[in-house]
Amino acid sequence: MGIRERLSGNEAVANAMRQINPDVMAAFPITPSTEIPQYFSTYVANGKVDTVFVPVESEHSAMSACVGSEAAGARTLTATSSCGLALMWEELYIAASCRLPIALACVNRALSGPININCDHSDSMGARDSGWIQIYAENNQEVYDNFVQAYRIAEHKDVRLPIMICQDGFITSHGVENIELLEDDVVKNFVGEYEPYGYLLDDEKGYAVGPYDNPVHYMEHKKQQTEAMKNAKKVILDVAKEFKGISGREYGLFEEYKLDDADMAIVIIGSAAGTSKDAVDELRAEGKKVGLLKLRVFRPFPAEEIAEALKNVKALAIMDRTDSYSSQGGPLGAEVRGALFSAGVAPKTVNYVYGLGGRDVKVENIKEVYAALEEILATGCVGEKFRYLSVRE
Amino acid sequence: MSNVLEIRWHGRGGQGAKTASLLLADVAFNTGKYVQGFPEYGPERMGAPITAYNRISDTPIRVHSNIYDPQYVVVVDETLLESVDVTKGLKKDGAIVINTAKTPDEIRPLLNGYEGRVATIDARKISIEALGKYFPNSPMLAAIVKVANIMDEDAFLEEMRGSYKHKFASKPEVIEGNMKALELALQEVR
Repeated sequence: MGIRERLSGNEAVANAMRQINPDVMAAFPITPSTEIPQYFSTYVANGKVDTVFVPVESEHSAMSACVGSEAAGARTLTATSSCGLALMWEELYIAASCRLPIALACVNRALSGPININCDHSDSMGARDSGWIQIYAENNQEVYDNFVQAYRIAEHKDVRLPIMICQDGFITSHGVENIELLEDDVVKNFVGEYEPYGYLLDDEKGYAVGPYDNPVHYMEHKKQQTEAMKNAKKVILDVAKEFKGISGREYGLFEEYKLDDADMAIVIIGSAAGTSKDAVDELRAEGKKVGLLKLRVFRPFPAEEIAEALKNVKALAIMDRTDSYSSQGGPLGAEVRGALFSAGVAPKTVNYVYGLGGRDVKVENIKEVYAALEEILATGCVGEKFRYLSVRE
Repeated sequence: MSNVLEIRWHGRGGQGAKTASLLLADVAFNTGKYVQGFPEYGPERMGAPITAYNRISDTPIRVHSNIYDPQYVVVVDETLLESVDVTKGLKKDGAIVINTAKTPDEIRPLLNGYEGRVATIDARKISIEALGKYFPNSPMLAAIVKVANIMDEDAFLEEMRGSYKHKFASKPEVIEGNMKALELALQEVR
């Protein structure tokens, strides 16, 4: 049976890591993810895990050490935020192209500048093209559950890609909430032993990691990488199904909330999705046909599934917790619009940027978004397609 | 949502308002409730005003915003009354609990016309008496538990003894002092 607890998101992730008992953790502290290696290093010191903890002098070195240890055949993880993730940039791509199933706990925080320690998604969204699987969470329970599922996805023979398990900095990472933990042995059995496809320390089977790739092979390798990412979609769903068997909790590529008959909907990622559900309920009580789609998996991007889920929506707001300075909106806006266009689904669509640098997201802010959608439906006119929410002009 | 009890804490960095909010979350959790305990984070320094929050509910809590219209406010440092609008959004049928040697009638004129219940507690006096040092945390926690009627007093004390045993495992000598601070606060909040 599950264990009723109350933990912060960081404690929840550290607990999942303890239950997994990986071979190596290499990390450098950065707010708001610092607590994760901090808690984990106490587990190491107290003998709760037999992981080798590698304290390094920067995130560049942290990810380099992760690449090295994973290539050597060790199940490896790290945690970081914001500029720490940015400093890993070069190695993120190397980890993905070397097909190393490293797990990274990303505690989302605004990238500098201006310097700011609070939540937005600029860090992980900036890394969206690095070849990592990205899974986001609404609350402590989800980030814990996602981390328990991480290695089953990343290490799957059809995938073999690194995975980023994201949660909202401070909002969930430092907020204490109820959570249901799984028993240690249940997690251990679920995650299983790591059997690497190949590893540098295997002296019987020669194996090379990260050699120079000439033009005659480079594109074939990149194609394999993208095929692996495509495969991840099915594996994520299969693992979720199995996870439901041990937890009773259901996960998909995204969650649909009161979307079935919705005329107006928003697409959103992370902790603000919970706040938005309260807004949906309040508006539903007034008889308004509103719903939401909370995206869990951003990489691989479930384009066809999203278009199918939104096919009857008449007005749609796509909520980005980062700007991509295309002058058209954020990355989620671009991808969702692309998905809808390809599928021939054409609701009237606006793209909001919200919650940058920890700007608080209240229920009434989300109700303002639905009010704007209502106006679009009433007038038939979309108006400004790219908007900032809750910003002083 | 109307069935969620919302509490806002005002303190100064280093006084433990954040810890108190997390302890309150613990206590409510142990009575079977759904809880949230979270501080508002920024570049805080020792002594700078800080805010922390609690939500307590019988049903799962989904909202992840700060609290703007609390049922209760706890002020851990009365000097904040000069610079922070502590009653902002505070519901009239709620209450404010202030750490001060003053009586509720003496402190009310400093509360921007707040019409609801005002409770005071001299956490400094209690803390010095019980612990020999100034830690306002435990008395303020007991005061809000009583004023907001979060749980039965005996059950609360029993709960806290267990919590302190865990928290102060390496220095059990401070457990009795903290328990005394809680008991005094339950009696003396007015």
